[in-house]
Amino acid sequence: MRFRAASDQALLVYLGEEIGLRTHERVVRLLRLLQREPLAWVRNLQPAYCSLLVSFDACVVDHAQVEATLRSYEKRAEEIALPAPRLVEILVCYGGEFGPDLEKVASLHGLKPERVIELHSSQTYHAYFLGFAPGFAYLGDLPDALATPRLATPRRKVPAGSVGIAGKQTAVYPFATPGGWNLLGRTPLHMFRVDREPMELLDVGDEVRFRPITHEEFSALENR
Amino acid sequence: MNTLVVEHPGLQTSVQDLGRPGYGPVGVSPSGAADAVSLRLANLLVGNPAAAAALEMTLLGGSYIFPEGAVVALAGADFGATLDGRPLETGVPHAVMPGGKLRLGQTRSGARCYLAIAGGVCVAPVLGSASTHLLGGLGGFKGRALQKGDVLEIGAPAKQLPRRKLTAKAQEAFRPRKTLRVTEGPQFDWFLDAAQHALLQNAFRVTEEADRMGLRLEGRVLALRAAKEMISEGVSLGAVQVTPSGQAILLFVEQQTAGGYPKIANVIGADLFCIGQLRPRDEIGFARVTFAEARELWIEQQQLLNSREFLFA
Repeated sequence: MRFRAASDQALLVYLGEEIGLRTHERVVRLLRLLQREPLAWVRNLQPAYCSLLVSFDACVVDHAQVEATLRSYEKRAEEIALPAPRLVEILVCYGGEFGPDLEKVASLHGLKPERVIELHSSQTYHAYFLGFAPGFAYLGDLPDALATPRLATPRRKVPAGSVGIAGKQTAVYPFATPGGWNLLGRTPLHMFRVDREPMELLDVGDEVRFRPITHEEFSALENR
Repeated sequence: MNTLVVEHPGLQTSVQDLGRPGYGPVGVSPSGAADAVSLRLANLLVGNPAAAAALEMTLLGGSYIFPEGAVVALAGADFGATLDGRPLETGVPHAVMPGGKLRLGQTRSGARCYLAIAGGVCVAPVLGSASTHLLGGLGGFKGRALQKGDVLEIGAPAKQLPRRKLTAKAQEAFRPRKTLRVTEGPQFDWFLDAAQHALLQNAFRVTEEADRMGLRLEGRVLALRAAKEMISEGVSLGAVQVTPSGQAILLFVEQQTAGGYPKIANVIGADLFCIGQLRPRDEIGFARVTFAEARELWIEQQQLLNSREFLFA
């Protein structure tokens, strides 16, 4: 464990220094332990690839006390049993108006668009964490053959349901937001709904696969 | 049922309370009032719990009708408010007669004015809070900013108008600062010495891209010692993150919850409310304090906000 103050009321705990499943599992174990046995002064928890951001009530504790408590949790977190990951399937209509960057990504890698779809939908991804927007899950790792830099200039508005790639990550935009990822397609599924329990379709630690659907299937599902 | 009718919603008026911390694991930022101090003061003036739901108005207030009457108070920026045509003083509660109309114009000082109503604004809480998360379309009134013709349910006011006035001391203590106090960010040492100094010795301008998600600043380029790939991590409220072009962005109440830009500094808890009063083109500065100083300032601010003797005469 390595610690670094993020603000006067938040402490970053690093559980490794490289993106990978082993480090991420340590993050999830500590997160789940803190969720199962909540500490009164913890205000918020934000997991990521290698770290957990712990926001705390500064009227009650300071960084040193938070650090000491988390250190004392380290061993117990390693013993915590994690459930087998769920497999969640996300239906995607690739290309056309839904995937305005598909052709560009294909030519960038010297591939046919069909091959890009095949590669993107043949991998099982790991949900590392949710962030950016409610329900936005960072999924990895994208096949090396598809690793693509972000757009030089982000779009002001990416439609809800858009499936994008950036670096070795892929994700679905739950809401219409600005975004700089290359868009390959769109899902008719709702990634985040307040009138659903749970609200988020994907959770930290899930396994995720994308399945191509036709435009007709998309319309049918969208109107359901 | 008592109601409030939106005759004109202003530029961006939304229902806010103190937010919903605790949903970082599902990517939901806490939201809540941009200037939490003013929200608390407005609520206390009308006799509400400090964390009750109220209206947050941005730059331009709008007009609101109270068909059954109400007890209201304003706090935060001066929007030149009038009640049935007469100027309305901020910092004291007022009785609105049935059918009374509250009008608020353009800001004359900061960015946001808070309208608290005795009994609160009644909306169903989402994830434990009434606050509107505009990006996610959740909470508040239908998950969005108010629109012309909206009718909101409000609580029934107490029979008597609370007799209290914000003291001069309290007004002084909670005057928004233009020099924001910061602590070192988690990647502070990634930046050149020149950048570390530039942050503290130069003015930065708030650009037009300033909202509840964040405020893009314009100023001296803040350069890294070396190009370095950063692994995305959780970001804290008030973080000063620096984009590859060297410009700073202040992350705010509806911020993305994680990100991959290095953070040079973080605004201290006691000064977060000041960010809520910043307008495009405002010039701001940063002053560095230690974590221990930041904590003392926070505890002192919370004590003042909990002290009726200090706040009210």
